[in-house]
Amino acid sequence: MFGGMRVALFATCLVDGLRPEVGRATARLVRRLGHEVVVPAAQTCCGQMHVNTGYPKQAAGLVANHVRAFAGADVVVTPSGSCAGAIRHQHEDVARRYGPPGLAGDAAAVAGRTYELSEFLVDVLGLTDVGAYYPHRVTYHPTCHSLRVLRVGDRPLRLLRAVGGLELVELPEAEQCCGFGGTFAVKNPGVSAAMLADKLAAIHATGAEYCTAGDASCLLHIWGGLSRAGSPASTVHLAEILASTTETEEAA
Amino acid sequence: MTSPPTAHPVTELRAAEPFPVNAAVQLRNEQLRRNLAGATRTIRTKRANVVGELPDWSELRAAGAAIKDDVLAHLDTYLLQLEERVTANGGVVHWARDGAEANRIVTGLVQARHATEVVKVKSMATQEIGLNEALAEAGITAVETDLAELIVQLGHEKPSHILVPAIHKNRDEIRELFQREIPTAGTIATSEPRVLAEVARRHLRAKFLSTPVAISGANFAVAETGTLGVVESEGNGRMCLTLPRTLITVMGLEKLVPTWADLGVFLQLLPRSSTGERMNPYTSMWTGAVEGQEFHLVLMDNGRTATLADPDGRDALRCIRCSACLNVCPVYERTGGHAYGSVYPGPIGAVLSPQLTGVRENLSLPFASTLCGACLDACPVAIDIPRMLVHLRAKAVEAKGPTAESAAMRLAASTMRSPRRWRMALRAARAGRVLGRRDGVIHRLPFPLTGLLRGWTAVRDLPRPPRRPFRDGTA
Repeated sequence: MFGGMRVALFATCLVDGLRPEVGRATARLVRRLGHEVVVPAAQTCCGQMHVNTGYPKQAAGLVANHVRAFAGADVVVTPSGSCAGAIRHQHEDVARRYGPPGLAGDAAAVAGRTYELSEFLVDVLGLTDVGAYYPHRVTYHPTCHSLRVLRVGDRPLRLLRAVGGLELVELPEAEQCCGFGGTFAVKNPGVSAAMLADKLAAIHATGAEYCTAGDASCLLHIWGGLSRAGSPASTVHLAEILASTTETEEAA
Repeated sequence: MTSPPTAHPVTELRAAEPFPVNAAVQLRNEQLRRNLAGATRTIRTKRANVVGELPDWSELRAAGAAIKDDVLAHLDTYLLQLEERVTANGGVVHWARDGAEANRIVTGLVQARHATEVVKVKSMATQEIGLNEALAEAGITAVETDLAELIVQLGHEKPSHILVPAIHKNRDEIRELFQREIPTAGTIATSEPRVLAEVARRHLRAKFLSTPVAISGANFAVAETGTLGVVESEGNGRMCLTLPRTLITVMGLEKLVPTWADLGVFLQLLPRSSTGERMNPYTSMWTGAVEGQEFHLVLMDNGRTATLADPDGRDALRCIRCSACLNVCPVYERTGGHAYGSVYPGPIGAVLSPQLTGVRENLSLPFASTLCGACLDACPVAIDIPRMLVHLRAKAVEAKGPTAESAAMRLAASTMRSPRRWRMALRAARAGRVLGRRDGVIHRLPFPLTGLLRGWTAVRDLPRPPRRPFRDGTA
């Protein structure tokens, strides 16, 4: 519906440092849909970990950096429900309390132009079929912040249902948290592990080859558990599925 | 004999050990996990069904929140109005700054009536202040009459749930307990709920008919009429509220609604959110004292005005103790209520307990959540528990002062607020590729990371850092 937008990609710190393939997939997908992708080099981290662990003052510098990095962007897209949620629901407040004058307004402006990937595709571009092809049995875990902070609803499922070759299987108790919770996983390791064990059992019950989600952080947690358990199942980010085409899959 | 009033009560609202330590103990109890998973799933489903059938649930919820916000904004006015109406109707109003003072008032009232035994309606306020223990010290036996409270009391335990205090117990455990602790039980043939309830009924009937003093809490107090209200399922509360000659009600300052009409909102919100029923079986209301009986109302602060003073925390005082947030909480479902060490467990407990005691006395509870947000969605008065937890985490970090964690977080922030330093850090992380060379997966971390991330690598692998971070190759 829009032709040739200029999209600023916010990869997130976790994708930048540990899962670069998710950032590359997001860029490839958006370019394939006919839009220009820019990756502002000044981007680092949205500051969510600091805010949610009790360090909002320290997060203010990160918010300021994020706002500086994306001030010139028309549209910011990020492959993370959690980070998009932090930008939209925390940045302005942190900036007002702990940032320099004027930062709160600028943060609100950037937040207003920021979209999680499935929101961008469905709401901004008006697409559910992005021409992807991914011939695998896949189950979808709606991450808590996508579901209950951003309220992305069934957008990711609508995108997945339109993917060629993909067999979508329903995850039992899908809306239960996987137990990640950022620093919760190391501060409350026992409870986190108990929640993860139940999530892994649910994934195994589906017989899916892949568990997908819109957050690399939750997927890292789930992957860590699947890998340790020697599971045949693995994880794949929604962006990676949507970026796959008949060409990439046949090449693979 | 008694300590002077303090701004914050402590004992019943905090544990000796932090949450992760208590949780680890509870997590080892497989029976508990099964009991909890089954029970919370049942209540969750019931609640979802009866909430889903109301087309105006979100309007009701907004109304509930707005009424409570009005109460909190004008608490002084409504409290005085309540006092005036209760007094005009023959009741006596007492004011207590904290639990110790409330306990002293109640103990004095019971002693003045020469009673050595009192019957109790299930009440969170009296648990919060350890009233039963205070009465016991004065030689007065408090008999809990709510079936589940009775089970907990007979087992010399603490409740593990706001609404279902014995949720951690199954029926076989209860049968064994009744057999051991209730002298009139005879031989209990089966663990059928009907049989167990009958044993409790015979035991309690005798108490209702012989005990001169009853003690209750209150779900609501209507300022304009001076009416107190208790909602319950069993009718045992109504026995206590009507049969004994003296009734003493202990109520937190915030349990007010301005008008009788406001009850219409809460009597819809509460049963659907708590037991998953359209309407609770028993709603008892009373205004002052009736002839031949006397009524005392103890209005208790116990940390509530301190909570009210914090604009980012005061919404917790909207809570109507329905426990919907407990039943949807993935953390509560795994640990049960005892891990929280407070009579208020679960998500609401994690925000209410630290505020009532002062965060310094409850440093670990604000972190006992993944911030998954299920509690906010379930809350009938829309308390934004995740946001409040985050706020209290900041207060906890401040109260703790400098720690290894705070040093690491400062370093991380200073690295990440500079794109140049962040780029250098990402490149340095490539050194991590020496790990996991065999299969591309990190199973264990070397010192000092092993200490920092032990919780992670105990049950999870880590990916090997990539050859290049995203920023260095976007093709």
